[in-house]
Amino acid sequence: MRTIEKMQIPAENVAIVSGIGCSSRAAGYLNFQTLHTTHGRALAFATGLKMVRPELTIFVLMGDGDSTAIGGNHFIHTARRNIDVNAIIFNNQIYGMTGGQASPLTPQGKKGSTAPFGCTERNFDIMKLAMGAGATFAARSTTYHLKLLDKMIEEGVNNKGFSIVEAMTYCPTGFGRQNKSGSAAAMLNWYKDHAVPVEKAAVSDAKTVKERITIGIHHQEQEAEFVSEYEKIIESQRQKSGGSS
Amino acid sequence: MKLWQGNEACVEGAIAAGARFYAGYPITPSTEIAEIASRRLPPQGGKFIQMEDEIGGIAAMIGASVGGAKAFTATSGPGFSLMQENLGYAAMAEIPCVLVNVQRMGPSTGVATAPAQGDVMQARWGTHGDHPAIVLCPSSVEEVYYLTIEAFNLSEMLRQPVILLMDEVVGHMRENIAEPDRTKIRVIDRSKPEPDQLYLPYAEDSDVSPFAPFGEGYAYNITGLAHDEKGFPTNDGEVVRRLLDRLHQKIENNLSELPGIEEAEAADADLVILCYGCTARPAREAVRLARDSGLSVGYVRLRTLWPFPYERIAALADKKSILVPEMNMGQIIGEVERAVKGKTEVVGLWRYDGELFNPEEILKKIREVI
Ligand SMILES: Cc1ncc(C[n+]2csc(CCOP(=O)(O)OP(=O)(O)O)c2C)c(N)n1
Repeated sequence: MRTIEKMQIPAENVAIVSGIGCSSRAAGYLNFQTLHTTHGRALAFATGLKMVRPELTIFVLMGDGDSTAIGGNHFIHTARRNIDVNAIIFNNQIYGMTGGQASPLTPQGKKGSTAPFGCTERNFDIMKLAMGAGATFAARSTTYHLKLLDKMIEEGVNNKGFSIVEAMTYCPTGFGRQNKSGSAAAMLNWYKDHAVPVEKAAVSDAKTVKERITIGIHHQEQEAEFVSEYEKIIESQRQKSGGSS
Repeated sequence: MKLWQGNEACVEGAIAAGARFYAGYPITPSTEIAEIASRRLPPQGGKFIQMEDEIGGIAAMIGASVGGAKAFTATSGPGFSLMQENLGYAAMAEIPCVLVNVQRMGPSTGVATAPAQGDVMQARWGTHGDHPAIVLCPSSVEEVYYLTIEAFNLSEMLRQPVILLMDEVVGHMRENIAEPDRTKIRVIDRSKPEPDQLYLPYAEDSDVSPFAPFGEGYAYNITGLAHDEKGFPTNDGEVVRRLLDRLHQKIENNLSELPGIEEAEAADADLVILCYGCTARPAREAVRLARDSGLSVGYVRLRTLWPFPYERIAALADKKSILVPEMNMGQIIGEVERAVKGKTEVVGLWRYDGELFNPEEILKKIREVI
C-alpha cells in the first residue's frame, strides 16, 4: 500500500489478485479492485486479466504453498512468459490457513503437522526457482526489513515484466510452535539477526550463507514483455486484414 | 454458402457473439477450436493464449472476463475434469464465460478420437456444491454456430458460465451452411452499473446485478467464498442461503430464454425418440424409415440439456413409450424417467464402442418396443 501511494499509481489502475491461504485473504481487506481466486491459480487469473487490461498495475498475493506447491506450474510459466504482473509471495514456510502442514518452503528438517519428524524433502529457494524459470525481477526481504521490502516492491513494479518479491513472514502458531521458534517477536528478531544483503553473501563462504537469509535484489534483467509483444502481432494482423473482420 | 467444420463454426460463432479472448490447452477432438482461435482472434483485436494446462486455461478465461472481455475456452473430457474447480468458481462469483467441451470417449484418456456423450452428468454435477448449470447441445455444424452465440448471450445476460456440450462427430463434421446474416444475429452484452450509483455487485433485490469490469473505476471484491451483496466473504447462514437461492433462481426465472426442443412428427406418435447431439441424425432417419413402414414414431431433440426441461418432457407421458438413444451407458434417460414418473415406458439404447448409431439399429429397437 505504501508503495502504491509513494509511486502515485491511481487506485483505479491497481488490481489485486490473490490465491487461497491466510496471506491471500489480504485482498479482501484492501480498497481496490480485488479478485480472490482459487488455491494456486491466482497467477493464471491475473494472466487473463492483464491481457485484456494491460493498463492495470496488478499485484498477485500468494502464500508459499499457494505459489510453489499447487500453483508451481503457473508460477514457472508466468515467469517464462514474462507478463507484467507483480507477484508478492508471503513466505511463512508453512501452510498457515490449514493449520501448519509442511510446504515446499518448509526448511528441510523442520517440523510441520504432516512432517512430525521433520521435513524429509528439500525446500525450494524461490529466488533460484524464479531465475531458473525466467523471471526478470526477483527480490527477497523480510517483515523485519520493511523499508527494503517496500523498495523491492517498488522496483518490481518498475520492472516491465514478471516480478517476484518474496516477503519472509512468520507464522507463530503454524510454524513457530512446532519448531520452538519462540514468540512472534523472537521470530522477527531471528530475521534481524540472520539476514544478509545478497551482495555481501556472494563473497562470504558457502557455509555461512547456508545459515543465513539473503535479502535484496537477486536477479534483474530486461526482456520483451509478453502482452506488449502480443499487441504487436495484433497490430500487424489488423493491417493485413485491412482493419475489417 | 460456407463449408465449415463444427469446431470452426464454434470459433466463428464466438467471434460473431463478440468473444475476444481465448485461453486453453490442446486436446483432441477440440484442438481445432484453439488453433482457429489463435489465428482468427488477433485480426479482430482479440487475444489468444495457450496456457500450461486446463486449470490455467479456465482461470485465464475468468480473469479476462473480469477485465470485461467476452472469453471462452475449449476442451474434452480429461481437460473438462481439470476445469471443474474453477467452473464452480465462475458460477459462485457470477463471471460470464463459455466453456466448450467436445466430448470424446472415456473414462480417462479413453479413445481420444472416438465420439461419445459421456459427459452429460459431469457437465451438470462435475463441480462441487449446489450450483446451477446451463448446458447447450448442438447437433449440426450450423447449430454449433448459433448455439455458440446463444451460449455467450445467456452467459452475459445471467452472469453465469455456460457449457457448450459438443461431441467428436459434431466437432469434426464438415457441412455447408448458409452464410450467416450478422445483422439478424442477436448479441447480448453484460449490463454495466450506472455511473454515480452505489454499486452492489451481488445485489439481493434483483436476479442479476450489472457487472463492472476491472479497470473502469469500481473498487470491489470478487471471491469464490460465500459473499454478501458487496462481494465480501461471509459465514452468515442466512446470507449464504439467500445467495445460493438467487444463483438458482436467476436461471429458473429465465427458462424461456434457453434454446427449446426441436420435434418432428411427435404430436400423434405412439413412440417418440428423445435424443440430443450426434445421435439426432440417425434418430431422425430412423423416424423416416419407421414412418415409411407404417409405424407411428416421432422425434424430440433437446438443445438445452441443463436445466433439463422436466415439464416439457413430462407432457410426453401420453405416449406409449419413449426411446432414449445415447452414446453412453444411460445418462439423460434418468432425467426422462424423473420427468414422466413411471406414467409411460422409457427404454434406453446405448452405444459405448466409439461408433455412431446407425438408423437401422434404432429402427430395430423401435420394432422391439412398439
Ligand atoms: C484445491 C484446494 N486444495 C486445498 C485447499 C486447502 N487449503 C487452503 S489454504 C491452504 C494452504 C495455504 O498455505 P499457504 O499457501 O502457504 O498460505 P498461508 O495460509 O500460509 O498464508 C490449503 C492447503 C484449498 N482451499 N483448495
